[in-house]
Amino acid sequence: MASVVLSEPEKLYILHGVQEDLRVDGRGCEDYRCAEVETDIISSTSGSARVKLANILVGVKAEMGTPMLEKPDEGYLEFSVDCSAYATPEFECWGGEELGAEIAATLYNVFSSENCVDLKLLCINPKENCWVLYVDVLLLQCGGNLFDAVSLAVKAALFNTRIPKVRVLEDEEGFKEIELSDDPYDCIRLNVDDVPCIVTLNKIGHRHVVDATLQEEACSLASLLVSVTSKGALTSIRKMGKGSLDPENIFEMMETGKRVGKLLHVALQKVLDEEESLGTSREKVGFLG
Amino acid sequence: MAAISMRLPVIRKVVGPSVSRDGEKHLVIPGDTITTDTGYMRGHGTYVEDDKLIASVAGVVERVNKLVCVRALKSRYNGEVGDIVVGRITEVQQKRWKVETNSRLDSVLLLSSMNLPGGELRRRSAEDELAMRDYLQEGDLISAEVQSVFSDGALSLHTRSLKYGKLGQGVLVQVSPSLVKRQKTHFHDLPCGASVILGTNGFIWIYPTPEQKDGDTGGFTTNMEPVPLPDREVISRLRNCVMALVTQQLMLFDTSILYCYEASLPHQIKDILQPEVMEEIVLKTRQRLLDLEG
Repeated sequence: MASVVLSEPEKLYILHGVQEDLRVDGRGCEDYRCAEVETDIISSTSGSARVKLANILVGVKAEMGTPMLEKPDEGYLEFSVDCSAYATPEFECWGGEELGAEIAATLYNVFSSENCVDLKLLCINPKENCWVLYVDVLLLQCGGNLFDAVSLAVKAALFNTRIPKVRVLEDEEGFKEIELSDDPYDCIRLNVDDVPCIVTLNKIGHRHVVDATLQEEACSLASLLVSVTSKGALTSIRKMGKGSLDPENIFEMMETGKRVGKLLHVALQKVLDEEESLGTSREKVGFLG
Repeated sequence: MAAISMRLPVIRKVVGPSVSRDGEKHLVIPGDTITTDTGYMRGHGTYVEDDKLIASVAGVVERVNKLVCVRALKSRYNGEVGDIVVGRITEVQQKRWKVETNSRLDSVLLLSSMNLPGGELRRRSAEDELAMRDYLQEGDLISAEVQSVFSDGALSLHTRSLKYGKLGQGVLVQVSPSLVKRQKTHFHDLPCGASVILGTNGFIWIYPTPEQKDGDTGGFTTNMEPVPLPDREVISRLRNCVMALVTQQLMLFDTSILYCYEASLPHQIKDILQPEVMEEIVLKTRQRLLDLEG
């Protein structure tokens, strides 16, 4: 992971600041930086989103595949994360593979809960055909707090995904044919109300902060990743870092995570609804803004 | 109470730099022909191809009599003798430290260019060499002056005055070197309650004003006491103001930072980084600076 080197007095300054609830950029311990979210920027995907918290780009492509043997009447999601060298020179060649694999594994973990996305909606023909959603994440900048930004972008991209409606026609001999509807706007949308968002809580000194910058991440020895749905339910929890966490700390951090997670969902849903309501009249910014 | 603000992106124009005072600036991008006249000498940032003078960097064309050069708008720091820089130690080698100063090569701080504690003047011995890591370690920040430039372009720094040396608690902001105005002094004690070092290499160091001014120790004793909350608020506000000025491409010097600080007082510290608030305070700062110029 890209990290900055700090001197001991700088780390001490950050630590004391967090104790007094005044971080280096004036935020409190539970404040997020200002984030910008935009969807539908890549026309060649079924859904896409860009989050400017740590500059992440997510594209979702819906393709036909065969369902998994254990779950014959459901579709599934496949995650892949690419850490581009654009973010930091350390990611050149295979440098970003480890981080990418870690983020992808975390996403699988987060979405492992059954109620996140209605997978039965993705089924076309039980045991034979189903929709597979390939979610590709591209990291364009390492600005601290990667996991949160990735999960926000994935949720926004899934909200934006439009899967074409198909009909299964069966003729007399039993051959099944899949027919795509002629209208390009005839599609099914996913319900993302239960899609969880990841909240990373970094422990600095005796307190924990949300949305840490690269400097703050260099001062924290342990962090907790919780994924929270909009109703406040936790779907997964993971500890990262070399340091240790007290059970009381873990409990406090989980409570903070739930609280902040619910607010995060509200804020994101508001932006997505606003974008939806503007429709085609909105001036797309894309990457030139 | 957590505050989360998310928004849709909007194309924003950079408000900052005022309309050019000395007429049109000749801006070029790499590959642009500057002139087809062969009577000119080519300087930095240009090359000759097919009897045409072509720019190799993106920047402003500067003409001095017969010399034509292109000054790049965004580049690594090019040091000059006498510049004050803030750097971070990257390596500890035999008899010298390697310092990162945002230039093409790491700068060098020789052991003999460093002050000894107490201001002793003597030849550095083998014990001094072994004790180098006690003075400066990897990751430490120092303020220094450029003593000379090596033939390969690397800078040789020195901390031969008591006002230079290791830096203590504070906040570092990294900006482009072209935004820092060259002035008579780069150490400023701002009246709002904090001090700032404007390194010419683009490293801005904001720190709490030390109480006792007599007997600068050259950085050998670091104050590890927690900085009081009011000072922290001033430092955070200054840091956000510097970020606002940088985003809007305004030159950084003590007056511009101070005016920006004063313009930001009605807002909360964390709100300064929101795009609308940033534009508003930078506009006010630019207005005051233009009024000052007359």
